[in-house]
Amino acid sequence: MIHSLFLVNSSGDIFLEKHWKSVVSRSVCDYFFEAQERASEPENVPPVIPTPHHYLISVLRHRIYFVAVIQSEVPPLFVIEFLHRVVDTFQDYFGVCTEAAIKDNVVVVYELLEEMLDNGFPLATESNILKELIKPPTILRTVVNTITGSTNVGEQLPTGQLSVVPWRRTGVKYTNNEAYFDVVEEIDAIIDKSGSTITAEIQGVIDACVKLSGMPDLTLSFMNPRLLDDVSFHPCVRFKRWEAERILSFIPPDGNFRLLSYHVSSQNLVAIPVYVKHNITFREGSSQGRFELTLGPKQTMGKAVESVLVSSQLPRGVLNVNLNPSQGTYTFDPVTKLLSWDVGKINPQKLPSLKGSMSLQAGASKPDENPTINIQFKIQQMAISGLKVNRLDMYGEKYKPFKGIKYMTKAGKVPEGRRDEAALP
Amino acid sequence: VFSIKSYSALNLYSCSLKNEDLKEMLESNKESLKLEAMKRIVGLIAKGKNASELFPAVVKNVASKNIELKKLVYVYLVRYAEEQQDLALLSISTFQRALKDPNQLIRASALRVLSSIRVPIIVPIMMLAIKEAATDLSPYVRKTAAHAIQKLYSLDPEQKEHLIEVIDKLLKDKSTLVAGSVVMAFEEVCPDRIDLIHKNYRKLCNLLVDVEEWGQVVIITMLTRYARTQFLSPWREDALFDENSEKAFYDSDVEKEKADSKPYMMDPDHRLLLRNTKPLLQSRNTAVVMAVAQLYWHLAPKQEVSIVTKSLVRLLRSHREVQYIVLQNIATMSIQRKGMFEPFLKSFYVRSTDATHIKTLKLEILTNLATEANISTILREFQTYVKSQDKQFAATTIQAIGRCATNISEITDTCLNGLVLLLSNRDETVVAECVVVIKKLLQTQPSQHSDIIKHMAKLLDNITVPMARASILWLIGEYCERVPKIAPDVLRKVAKSFTSEEDIVKLQTLNLAAKLYLTNSKQTKLLTQYILNLGKYDQNYDIRDRTRFLRQLIVPNEKSGALSKYAKRILLASKPAPVLESAFKDRDRFQLGTLSHTLNAKASGYLELSDWPTVAPDQSVRNVEVMEPQSLERQPSTRGSDLFAYHLLVLLCSDSDDAKEKKRPKPKLDSVSSHSKASSSSDNTASSGSESEEDTDSDSEPEQKKKKKLRTALCEFQAAPSIRVSSPVFVPPKSHELLHRMSGKGLAVSYHFPRQPCAYSHRMVSVQLTLTNGRDQPLEDICVGEAGPPGIAIHRFATIERLQPEASITVSMGIDFNDSTQAANFQLCTKTDQFSVSIQPAVGELLMPVTMTEQDFLKEQGQLTGMNESSVTITIAPDSMSSQPVGRKVVSVANMGVVPSSQNSIHRFAAKTVSSGSLVLSSVVLQEASTAKLVVNTEKTVLGSVLLRELKTALSQG
Repeated sequence: MIHSLFLVNSSGDIFLEKHWKSVVSRSVCDYFFEAQERASEPENVPPVIPTPHHYLISVLRHRIYFVAVIQSEVPPLFVIEFLHRVVDTFQDYFGVCTEAAIKDNVVVVYELLEEMLDNGFPLATESNILKELIKPPTILRTVVNTITGSTNVGEQLPTGQLSVVPWRRTGVKYTNNEAYFDVVEEIDAIIDKSGSTITAEIQGVIDACVKLSGMPDLTLSFMNPRLLDDVSFHPCVRFKRWEAERILSFIPPDGNFRLLSYHVSSQNLVAIPVYVKHNITFREGSSQGRFELTLGPKQTMGKAVESVLVSSQLPRGVLNVNLNPSQGTYTFDPVTKLLSWDVGKINPQKLPSLKGSMSLQAGASKPDENPTINIQFKIQQMAISGLKVNRLDMYGEKYKPFKGIKYMTKAGKVPEGRRDEAALP
Repeated sequence: VFSIKSYSALNLYSCSLKNEDLKEMLESNKESLKLEAMKRIVGLIAKGKNASELFPAVVKNVASKNIELKKLVYVYLVRYAEEQQDLALLSISTFQRALKDPNQLIRASALRVLSSIRVPIIVPIMMLAIKEAATDLSPYVRKTAAHAIQKLYSLDPEQKEHLIEVIDKLLKDKSTLVAGSVVMAFEEVCPDRIDLIHKNYRKLCNLLVDVEEWGQVVIITMLTRYARTQFLSPWREDALFDENSEKAFYDSDVEKEKADSKPYMMDPDHRLLLRNTKPLLQSRNTAVVMAVAQLYWHLAPKQEVSIVTKSLVRLLRSHREVQYIVLQNIATMSIQRKGMFEPFLKSFYVRSTDATHIKTLKLEILTNLATEANISTILREFQTYVKSQDKQFAATTIQAIGRCATNISEITDTCLNGLVLLLSNRDETVVAECVVVIKKLLQTQPSQHSDIIKHMAKLLDNITVPMARASILWLIGEYCERVPKIAPDVLRKVAKSFTSEEDIVKLQTLNLAAKLYLTNSKQTKLLTQYILNLGKYDQNYDIRDRTRFLRQLIVPNEKSGALSKYAKRILLASKPAPVLESAFKDRDRFQLGTLSHTLNAKASGYLELSDWPTVAPDQSVRNVEVMEPQSLERQPSTRGSDLFAYHLLVLLCSDSDDAKEKKRPKPKLDSVSSHSKASSSSDNTASSGSESEEDTDSDSEPEQKKKKKLRTALCEFQAAPSIRVSSPVFVPPKSHELLHRMSGKGLAVSYHFPRQPCAYSHRMVSVQLTLTNGRDQPLEDICVGEAGPPGIAIHRFATIERLQPEASITVSMGIDFNDSTQAANFQLCTKTDQFSVSIQPAVGELLMPVTMTEQDFLKEQGQLTGMNESSVTITIAPDSMSSQPVGRKVVSVANMGVVPSSQNSIHRFAAKTVSSGSLVLSSVVLQEASTAKLVVNTEKTVLGSVLLRELKTALSQG
């Protein structure tokens, strides 16, 4: 299936290659570089590129292209999903997935890739199993290894304790047994110039960090499971139980994992927790434009809106801006014309605003498009859909675990105010 | 030394030592230095640097005790063996030895590396190793064997027939671990051998949910193809393909059913596949979801396909690359079935941060989904896109508007007006695209649009995009009679600029001139002549050709025969309006979700989806005789995690076994087999026994010995152990009561020995419990509590959360009885109660059947004499004098394998004990007067005598 893998950095250098079958010359990547040159943005490189003898399927993450070489028919998603799994694994092992981290840990990377595919077909992709085969590097271990010459590979082949579940490491032992669940919801919305919502939807995930000894069997129930419209599970969740009782019953993997992703049905009205007032005008014939923007909280149930970041792609005609933020800092890149304003926390008593002027190219006509405004934010301790975890129970082990649940709402990929006109309602 | 070490570890990647130094490090006798060297070498390989000249130094470490060092050597070997075939052979014997290691992980990894070394000379060794591994007890080793099949096939396609045999064998495997890999091998080696699937079809369907996610994708894709050859189309002829008319279909359903003389009945196996794949739509793996979606698209009745919609839309929230593929597939689906995605219209709204290819695909889908009802919403959305700063995207949007306008006639005028307004846009790309689209729209209904044509004529002065200029010229030429005053003026202008125009504009100028010449020759004759003269000397062939052609056609002279009479009818014939079609139309000729579908071209190795058969193929081919009434796979597991679990667990458990095995003397079976190996191979090479011993230990063999060594290695290999575990002879399972309904407060439990190799550990006997709830309330949390005695290890079944009244469930356990008939005691707990129960194994169930040749049997028997032999003369029931009853009786008491016998009066049976693997042999020699001599040979004397007693009882009975 997957013949070879090349890692390419943003400047177009191949900095790692791995082959699972006969070696494929790295010149095959020339086709990729051609496509990369043609693309205006790094994201615009097509994920599937045919070449005379091979097919290149790539994903871009952390500004690294993971380019897989394929020789014959295979579902493209199979490869894409696998490549993302590779990235996740690297991130899990090294904390970050950067060129530097990969180069520093090249042996571990190679050992991982060796275990993850056999003859191009996935062999071990579960993080818990991989960690038993190859220990993640830590600073301490690196130092110790340097001095004693010991290894990252499990000294023994995976330990003898019997695990009942493939995704769970065996022989797990903690002095403090704890299980944390983060309910993180993202709002994805498009708002038109008049402030009315064009689309808004909520997607959520429950990320877990479970550090429990032995072989715990957990059940997690919700106060209002009906809210969940569409769900996808970690393989550990017992599907039948969910179907019948709407209860999540599972033996968790050890450590961090995503238990559940869900979608809140769009029938439910979604309240957007912030609003934007803005006034961006360009006058015909003038080389000045006015820029005014004010933010405010809306329906946040008393919770603070934090980490607010506003960004807007200003028209090409804008040369520079001279703005005055009431709080936070702003930057404007005169090349990309990207304005971004790091607002911080919204204080309902004193609404943050950004006002000032824009200088336009002399003689240029008034830009006919209106900038879209993207807003990022976070609200702690609130799940905007109203989803609530009812209880978490543990079976199969005798100790009392510490349990914690955290809620958070944040802006999704693009909760965007798409303003067609500068005039405000 | 220390300085080198610390330096290197800190910056492994960038620092490069000379090959000489690396060689020195590899040849040192310090493990840490060797390891360090290997790490650097792997760093070199990763960078794509050539490290092949270190091969001799590296390969010596292949048998290292240090696991990481060994693994890195494997990495190196697999990378360079192809280039250094001769040297690579040095490592083969190490792998061959490892193939017989008691630890399954070592066996598996040896097979993995051996099969990855692409050296043609070892093909026979690989073939043997694969065959051997395919019958290994460990499913993990069998999985590795399945992977190795593909490797061998690509190395030597001539092995195909032999490999198909192995595939056939592995397809029968019931392990979820093996299923995905063997189907993958099937797809690569013999995808046309659909007949191999028949008998395994139901099993694969039932296993599917428990197979690991990658295997699921492969199996689903294969089963889609299978189903299209084996089942009748569920798309009834009267069920129209277009969903828009499906409503009508539902309404008239009642009448139709009456009218239908032969209603369509779905094959239950077809239904089974649909039912068992549906839960996988909830998978976190996007490839699995897509695989199920395409399965439903190609196999499900039309009205059921829409259950996949929601899951596909969910995938749109995943990574950009995932979105790209999913959107492509939705684009194809949405052409045929708007209704599936219409409720999710807003999910396809373009976001300013989307990548260009994502935007384009979303536009495509929105256009496909446009109907009279939603067009106003879509157009409003499109208006925003037209104003986008991404002008290329704006242009694509205009094309999309054009397509909507032609598809929905009600809005054509609105769109046209909108596009005309856009003609005053400041961006040329946008204007040009508008012109092109307007041209197409006008063609569909040119009657009342002379205003627009005039407007466009004016634009010609400002527009520079060639395609747009050409479009305007064509429009004016085509409808010159509607704008009689303007047309000649336009011609005048382009005549002036003719030489500086692009080729497409020149061609349209020629067309315009010719058309005007025919309709308005008075005003344009001279202009036309001028242009034709310019064209005659143009640099471009096409333009010169066109000029010559037009001149002959429109300017009558003696040479231009009859054709010029029809010039006007030829040039000004009414032309059919262009059809604006989606690029995704008919793309579902490729199986959805495939690479070929994405590329819209057949990728190499693409397997066609066949049309539904017109006559149903024989359904009975999939029937399987059910061997055990409660097979493991049917057990209603909770999402099947347990089932999947235990295979992996087998994988992980081997280490503890190792530890135990070290303490105890080497298992009898192993020494026996190596003994027989040595003696039988002595026929081939006189001194192979001693020489192969020597081989294995010396690392620096002189070159010339290499070939000889390989030969010996080969011989050694062919003389593989002749004692193999065989599958048990089928006997009706005898059920024993474990807990009576009365004493269990309603919970009744019975057990039997399924005589299958236990999946939890190869030292355990597998036991199946059938639990029945005789109460009128559900029982909760049934599990195994404390167990004893200490010598007996029990693998508990997973807690049964709930057992409904009157329901029963079968679960399996593994018990290591330690080769004794001592009972295993344990507690069976429910939420409220605890019951002490015990399982007393019959001695015959502690065995595992093996096969061997008669010769081997006698040899083994000869070694198990004296203390180890017990015999008795028995009177045998008269009906047992023929061979079959004897065999049946022995096998019903003890799980033994039948050894072929050359004499009719002697029956031989062989087995080994489950726990320690000691050989147990038994023979029945029939004598005169209904007597027989019964002999049991085993080093487990207690077990032997108990077995003797039981066999005696069984054989004496009538």
